[in-house]
Formats: sequence, C-alpha cells, structure tokens
Amino acid sequence: MITITHYMVLSAILFSIGTIGVLTRKNAIVVFMCVELMLNAVNLTFIALSSHLGNMDGQIFVFFIMTVAAAEAAVGLALMIAFFRNGDSIDVEDFSLLKW
Amino acid sequence: MELLQLFFFYLVALVTIVSGFCVISCKNPINSAISLVMTFFCLAVFYVMLHAPFMAAIQIMVYAGAIMVLIIFVMMLLNQGAEVISRYRHAVIGAFIAAGLMMVQVIITIKQGGVSGTIGSINSEVVEQVGHTELIGQAMFTDFLLPFEIASILLLVAIVGAVVLAKREV
Repeated sequence: MITITHYMVLSAILFSIGTIGVLTRKNAIVVFMCVELMLNAVNLTFIALSSHLGNMDGQIFVFFIMTVAAAEAAVGLALMIAFFRNGDSIDVEDFSLLKW
Repeated sequence: MELLQLFFFYLVALVTIVSGFCVISCKNPINSAISLVMTFFCLAVFYVMLHAPFMAAIQIMVYAGAIMVLIIFVMMLLNQGAEVISRYRHAVIGAFIAAGLMMVQVIITIKQGGVSGTIGSINSEVVEQVGHTELIGQAMFTDFLLPFEIASILLLVAIVGAVVLAKREV
C-alpha cells in the first residue's frame, strides 16, 4: 500500500537534490533548473496531500505555482540574456554587481 | 496488486531520484535539461497514480513542453557549451551537509506528525465519475476566480517584462 508518507519522503529527497544543485552549480541556467526541481517537489507534496484529504484546493494551488513558474522562467531567462550581453558570462560568480 | 503498485512506485521513484541527481551532476547544461525532462515525466506518472490526470497533462505540457523549450532555446542562444571542468561547481561539502540536514529534519517531522484534517468528499470514485478536469474547473471558476484573474495579469506582466529585458536597446 502506497501511503502519503512515501510521497512526502520522495518529495523531501527531490527538494534536497534541488537545494544541493542551487548551492553548488555555477551556471545560472542550471541553478534555475534546480529551482524548477524544487518547485516540482513542492507540487508533488501539494497533489499528494490534496488526493489524501479528498480536497481540490491543493491542486488549484499547483496550477498557480505552475503559472508563477512559467512567468519566472520567462523573466529569469530574459534577465540571463541581458546579463550575458553585458558581461559575456552567465557564471553566478560574475553576478557580483551588488556585492560590497 | 498492492505489492505490484508498491513495486511500480519504487521503480518510478528510483528513476525520479536518479534523473534528479543527473540534473545537478552533469557537466553539460543540455544533459541537465534532458534529465530534468525525465524528472518531470516521472512526476506526471505520480500525478496519475494520485488520481490527478489533468495535473499530469499540464505538467507535461507546461513544464516538459513550454518551460524546457524556453530553457534549451536560451542555452542555444547563449552558446555556452560544456563548462570548464574545474570551475563548474563550488561549496560541494557545505551544500551536501546543508541539504542533508534539511532532508533529515523534514523526514523526522513527517514521521512524527501524521497527516490529519477534515477529509473532503473527493475520492477516486468521484474523480472517475465526474471527471478530474470538471472538478478543477468547478473549483477554479467559483472559489478561486479572483486568483485566476490575478494570474492572468501576472502572465501579462511577465510577457511585457521578458520583452523589455531581452530587447537589445530600450
């Protein structure tokens, strides 16, 4: 029998993998993909709990998370193009304009 | 039947975790992107197993379709190729410790507290009789109408913002 705990633990593992990626990788696009992975882990939790509790609200939330992720993808990738045009690199170590 | 279901769950979970790990370990960003598509498909399988077929469909269309095409398109546009091997990652040990601690905390919390709350009326039989898309539509256009409209404004702002940011000269 697949319980809710199975899905929650899987989601926690995926979220941790995404965290490792965000903290270790240097390519901004890969960091961005790891953020998407973390968002998907959260989506899995939402849908598992929504299905477990017999309630539709969690799935509506997932719909809105997907909307925000799509908007974030469009704006984030446009930012990367703008940054690449200025600095000729999308390495996160070169994103240090606001560092003092 | 139950055992077969559990076996299938573990199989798909294994593929999900391995492809998720490929996302963070591949040197070439394109390989990471392909692994991420694999992860998205596995998550869609889980959504089907959780009686949410509409969510599985939009997971594949929005994530594995639209967002991944956008990401790969930008990669091609920037023409990065494989990163320099010695420079493609940093702070590995610290990140593993931080993420491991977080995972242990979350799993302990999940093990300690059971999931409780009022059980709603929507179970797998209702989903099969009424249809998942109909249920989503009913909830979205009655209880969640205002957030739905706000989401449309958010998407409009994102479109305009993306065009303004990526344009050559403002």
